[in-house]
Amino acid sequence: MKIDLTDTTSAKINTGLIQARRAIGTPAVGMVLTLVIVTDEGSAYDALKAATEASKEHPSRILVVIKRPGRSPRDRALARLDAEVLVGSEAGTGETVVLRLHGELANHAESVVLPLLLPDAPVVVWWPEDGPDNPSADPLGRLGQRRITDAAASEDPVAALGLRADTYAPGDTDLAWTRITGWRSMLAAALDQKHTAISKAVVEGEAYNPSTELLALWLADRLGVPVERKVSAGPGITGARLTVEDGDICLDRPDGSLAELAMPGQPDRHVALKRRETSELIAEELRRLDPDDIYRSTVQFGIKHLVGQPGEESVTPSPAASRATPSSKKAAPAAASKGGGKNGASGKAADASGSAADKAKSAD
Amino acid sequence: MTTPTNTSAQGAGGPADNPLRDPLDRRLPRIAGPSGLVIFGVTGDLSRKKLMPAVYDLANRGLLPPGFALVGFARRDWADEDFAQVVHDSVKEHARTPFREEVWQQLAEGMRFVPGEFDDDKAFETLKSTIEGLDKARGTGGNFAFYLSVPPRFFPDVVQQLKKHGLSQGNGDSWRRAVIEKPFGHDLASAQQLNRIVHDVFPPEQVFRIDHYLGKETVQNILALRFANTMYEPIWNRSYVDHVQITMAEDIGIGGRAGYYDGIGAARDVIQNHLLQLLALTTMEEPGSFHPKALTAEKLKVLGAVVLPEDLGKHTVRAQYTHAWQGGEEVLGYLEEEGIDSKSKTDTYAAIKLEINNRRWAGVPFYLRTGKRLGRRVTEIAVVFKRAPYLPFESGATEELGQNALVIRVQPDEGVTVRFGSKVPGTSTEVRDVTMDFAYGESFTESSPEAYERLILDVLLGDANLFPRHQEVELSWNILDPIEEYWDKHGRPAQYAAGTWGPAEADEMLARDGRSWRRP
Repeated sequence: MKIDLTDTTSAKINTGLIQARRAIGTPAVGMVLTLVIVTDEGSAYDALKAATEASKEHPSRILVVIKRPGRSPRDRALARLDAEVLVGSEAGTGETVVLRLHGELANHAESVVLPLLLPDAPVVVWWPEDGPDNPSADPLGRLGQRRITDAAASEDPVAALGLRADTYAPGDTDLAWTRITGWRSMLAAALDQKHTAISKAVVEGEAYNPSTELLALWLADRLGVPVERKVSAGPGITGARLTVEDGDICLDRPDGSLAELAMPGQPDRHVALKRRETSELIAEELRRLDPDDIYRSTVQFGIKHLVGQPGEESVTPSPAASRATPSSKKAAPAAASKGGGKNGASGKAADASGSAADKAKSAD
Repeated sequence: MTTPTNTSAQGAGGPADNPLRDPLDRRLPRIAGPSGLVIFGVTGDLSRKKLMPAVYDLANRGLLPPGFALVGFARRDWADEDFAQVVHDSVKEHARTPFREEVWQQLAEGMRFVPGEFDDDKAFETLKSTIEGLDKARGTGGNFAFYLSVPPRFFPDVVQQLKKHGLSQGNGDSWRRAVIEKPFGHDLASAQQLNRIVHDVFPPEQVFRIDHYLGKETVQNILALRFANTMYEPIWNRSYVDHVQITMAEDIGIGGRAGYYDGIGAARDVIQNHLLQLLALTTMEEPGSFHPKALTAEKLKVLGAVVLPEDLGKHTVRAQYTHAWQGGEEVLGYLEEEGIDSKSKTDTYAAIKLEINNRRWAGVPFYLRTGKRLGRRVTEIAVVFKRAPYLPFESGATEELGQNALVIRVQPDEGVTVRFGSKVPGTSTEVRDVTMDFAYGESFTESSPEAYERLILDVLLGDANLFPRHQEVELSWNILDPIEEYWDKHGRPAQYAAGTWGPAEADEMLARDGRSWRRP
């Protein structure tokens, strides 16, 4: 059931939600959370589709906040709220409200969203595209226990990670991190069997792919060994290699779906390691709503190494260079041994010049 | 979904000294270590409809180790490829997750088939060399679980063969486990004998008895509901609970299982394992932890406290379904089914009353019932509470008010229902029953793992939490044996028309206590 409301208020939307639920005869719905999606007209469709898919695992009220501040001064001076209320088969297993905030109202989204939150249930805020610099200080972000950004969708993914580290607050998380759960669990499972000391590690992946950086940083943080980040043609992360006493533990995924695991003294084996859909990522994010300390530790470990290390080779490839020699060059971050200093800012500055055209689309 | 059992996975998920693991890192799933699964009776229904799809779904969720091996053993003249084709078909038809070629590829590389009879030494030698070959080619590390998806009469043969050919014991720190399905015997003596046979070959902690009910989310949720909340436990005792009804109803008949079912009957088939396990989970005291030992200790305590009514004739009922129309179809009576002796006394419906002698439950009756060809397929636990001691309403205002109840719906439509009284809107005061529902929701359960997935993964991880131990099995037979003996000696089963909720005798049995069955 769909109700269109133009020039409306949160109170009228609430009434609309109750009406719609009564009309389809299911007044009690076991929704477990409110998911607020902050986006623009362009990405709203895909984001809502992914969220609706994820709501099959986590029945939720989905509030899509689309800001339309307008271009002309006259448009900007106006303020109007339009809403679409979707309940029943159109809205997955929960309820969806698409909110369009026109003019001045676009700056006061929290005033619209607050009355529409489910009582008592947790609130998750998701920015599918450009997230705010400081999610937990954002007026909408303040409403949520969980704030999901996506570094891969920002103009400069690697710089975005630095920003995330600087402004981290408990409850922050990033889809670039979610994307590497499969890699992390496979590597952890490999080390379950192999207890020898690890001396160094290498992670290979596409340029401007923040997930590759995060995987490298996670390994560096957990293992306390130098980790080299290499650039390859992708897609996404293409390999991880841990050097142990008697050889290398290699996990290679050249094609984005089937990986090969090689361990010293053991036969090579295939393992399915698919790049997942956004809906699966969101479903994973919604599974746990407590602060992710491992993410914090990883992304904050990174900030020290996103800048070039003195004495370390920290050549940051320009997009052109990385395309020319896809796998040979060392790229930022040259995440080195733990406890490195925080001198120089060349890496960060150079990275920021990465062209938007090279922006990672779906990446892990 | 909260799975309280996760806490026991420590050590099963991997060594604590793995630098990449951290208890705070809860995103990382439990992946089984290098291992393989050998299925005996791989051509059977269970294997095709449940086991093989579950293995694929586990692989698809990324929970199986790289190099996982699946070995089929059966009396067929198949090559590895034929076997892979059979698995492929069953996965395509029955798997819950979408079919993905790369997952299939990964899995298919580790599939082997060993043709042979269970008494054939050569076949078991082939099995042994197959397993050794897999250790080399796939790195399974000698860790194998043997799933005995065969009728119990073959158990002795199979386990003895495994022992004889040195397959029941791994080298070094590798493990070998046995997985067995119900029925775990047909009475105490046969259960003990079966346990002796299996334990003679595999140590008790390496034997996993599958009761697929315990793998269901809703059953695991009983523990979360009781022990993670504060609002239920204070009333979960004889002061507030009037009685408890545990029901497992099927709408199907015996189908093609006449050979298995006749002589076994509903009580042995369902009450002995599923219903008594549900009873134990509903009534046990809080365990100190979710460690398998602690959990088993509490279940054993409460099962040991179960007492039967003195007069079994008055407080137990068994029955057979008769020819009737069920839900728009004309169906045969039990005695008319193909392969059933027309004089058979086997019960297709059984209802019993039990009590638990401890401080918490003394005097509270537990009514357990199960049957085939009942109204609809449903499994539920209904905790029915006492009436309020005093009702300050005008006479007549509460006439339609029933007893408060909390119903755990195990399947289908998984969830929890609470029934309580509410005022009927209007100028007069009139209180009537209403229900409040918690539903997992159709889609939620679709994407949550199937019982067999969870159980197979637990076997590979060595997590015994969701598996009844042999003491539990023996205690349940202790409870059921006197009833079966009584039925054997006294009279014949009652009758009920197929598609109804059981015989009139069952209604009388509750009426004697001043109660009535819920319509589930």
